[in-house]
Amino acid sequence: MATLTPAAADEATSTDNSKKRLRPRQQRSGAWRWVVLLIAGVYFLLPLYAAFRFAGLSGFGDVFTTPGFGSSLWLSIRLAAVTWAISMVLMIPTTVYVHLRMPRMRRLLESVTILPIVIPPVVLIIGVLQVAPLALRASAWLLALEYVILALPFSYRALDAGLRAIDVKTLSEAAGSLGAGWLVTLWRVILPNMRTAVLSATILIVALVLGEFTMASLDLQQTFPAWIVLFDQENAQISVAASIFALFVTWIFLMLITVIATRQSRRTGGAEVTLFTVAPRQTIGN
Amino acid sequence: MTARANEKANETGTAAAVHAPRAGGPGEGMPVSLRNITRAFGATKALDGMSLDIAPGELVALLGPSGCGKTTALRIVAGFEFADSGEVLVGGRDVSGVPAAKRDMGMVFQSYSLFPNMNALDNVGFGLRMRRTAGAQRRSKAAELLDMVGLSAQAAQFPHQLSGGQQQRVALARALAIEPRVLLLDEPLSALDAKVRLQLREQIRTLQQRLGTTTIFVTHDQEEALSMADRVGVMRSGKLEQLAEPSELYSRPATAFVAEFVGTMNRLPGELTAAGSTVTVLGAACPVIEGGPASGPVDVLVRPEGLTVAPAEGGNGIVTHRTFLGGTTRVAVLLSGDTEVRVDVTSAAAAPMTPGTAVQVGLPATPVLVAPREP
Repeated sequence: MATLTPAAADEATSTDNSKKRLRPRQQRSGAWRWVVLLIAGVYFLLPLYAAFRFAGLSGFGDVFTTPGFGSSLWLSIRLAAVTWAISMVLMIPTTVYVHLRMPRMRRLLESVTILPIVIPPVVLIIGVLQVAPLALRASAWLLALEYVILALPFSYRALDAGLRAIDVKTLSEAAGSLGAGWLVTLWRVILPNMRTAVLSATILIVALVLGEFTMASLDLQQTFPAWIVLFDQENAQISVAASIFALFVTWIFLMLITVIATRQSRRTGGAEVTLFTVAPRQTIGN
Repeated sequence: MTARANEKANETGTAAAVHAPRAGGPGEGMPVSLRNITRAFGATKALDGMSLDIAPGELVALLGPSGCGKTTALRIVAGFEFADSGEVLVGGRDVSGVPAAKRDMGMVFQSYSLFPNMNALDNVGFGLRMRRTAGAQRRSKAAELLDMVGLSAQAAQFPHQLSGGQQQRVALARALAIEPRVLLLDEPLSALDAKVRLQLREQIRTLQQRLGTTTIFVTHDQEEALSMADRVGVMRSGKLEQLAEPSELYSRPATAFVAEFVGTMNRLPGELTAAGSTVTVLGAACPVIEGGPASGPVDVLVRPEGLTVAPAEGGNGIVTHRTFLGGTTRVAVLLSGDTEVRVDVTSAAAAPMTPGTAVQVGLPATPVLVAPREP
């Protein structure tokens, strides 16, 4: 920081003093930007390119007809949907309630919800498999319950950030004084104003479920990631093609959610859609 | 209005008791009474046996320093807080057990409280929607109220597109749209800048008088309270110190706290004589207003306009500085004995009194308020 400050001050003065001194510096920082972008681009894209080369075009053609592809993808999508639904029903009322009635509990909740990151998934799933009732152990939906826990750090933080950006207390009191019960207040006033946060949570949950391998394989469920790994031993080319396909589908899905959410929030003056931070709404002057 | 109240009265339970048919229409507000309200947060008593009676259609301002309990009192009337003991009567009925959503009270908050996902018109119509008013009727009523606060042109705008003053006006329209039994204003102007505050102050008062809605206005700004309210209640540590019309509060404060909280007040050391019925101050004997201490060291409380000042060689004080206020000028004088007083005189009379001028400060022999001397 100490080394940065003089440079920044220098830059500030040069803005109004001489444009000649500013120009080379601007060019230099512009060039640096490109270098960083290039390095990052190579880092991310090279493995993708390698995977493409390895899979070959024929690999992509065969993916869809390969046995297990459709059923495992469908299972993963259903798991994502169920995990999302349980998470929302559980977490939205909880976070709103904590914000309204027990603001001091926020710290505690924050540290409790971080636990699934601290505890390895292997430990979580093995522990649960020991104690879960047999009926549940045999069903794929046990995974959905596990994923709700696994997604807690993300879903809680996204919703919490969204609630912090609005004045929940005043808004719900205003709705209350106008005659709205708590359910109507939640549905018509709070929820529409945390749409961005809900979408952030959705993105994170879906991405998590579509990519989770450890728990699924230990639970012997053939989800899409589990199938890719399994199939890899049979036909590596098709398996790699499938994972590229999965990446593409997930990416399309996330872009779609982001675009819809951003368009929505621009209309009502809400924040940009980002995952953990929701910029508070600003009031213009008086 | 009456039809709606009747319909509501048909519902069962406590709500029905509150929604008794009301002789509707503007001009007929509800009487509101707070009876011996006590509310403690842990060890601190926010309200300590507060009682207050408000006449129908009256605007009462609750004024006091922060932490005096004024906001708690308002929130208890609104139903957001509950009293430990005591009762709140609206239209003669106890509403203590009625939830906020069924109390029919319009509230304007200090912070911006418009629903960000709805435009101005939908915000105003929200309370009507909760009352299941049909769409067309709701929209025309909301439009009418927006027009009343001068914001017809902004009906389709969202809160983030409105200025702070506009937002509070929409909030006011929203609170009035439900034809509330009582209007509650919780420092609605404190987030706004001075000029907007002044305009909105007048607008709120005009509307309130036109509609005749009983109103409680909480503020820490004495100028706001004195200029808007029919009566002002000055609060201190959970109790109502004095409830009076603004002019009486200013000229006949009941206690030293009220005297010093409302307006500017000078403290002059005085000497009680004649068993406490007169006090000697600045060399003159003034009659004492009853209610003060009968003996012991006292201070005399005098307003800046209650004192006289004139240049005089060898007078009892020296001018330290002057504040020009337009027609009048406030002259600060250091009296012998290290007491500083502020005296209001016409700006013409203040012209020769530059800082350093020797002056004579006097007190006409009018009845004065005395208080125990502060160290």
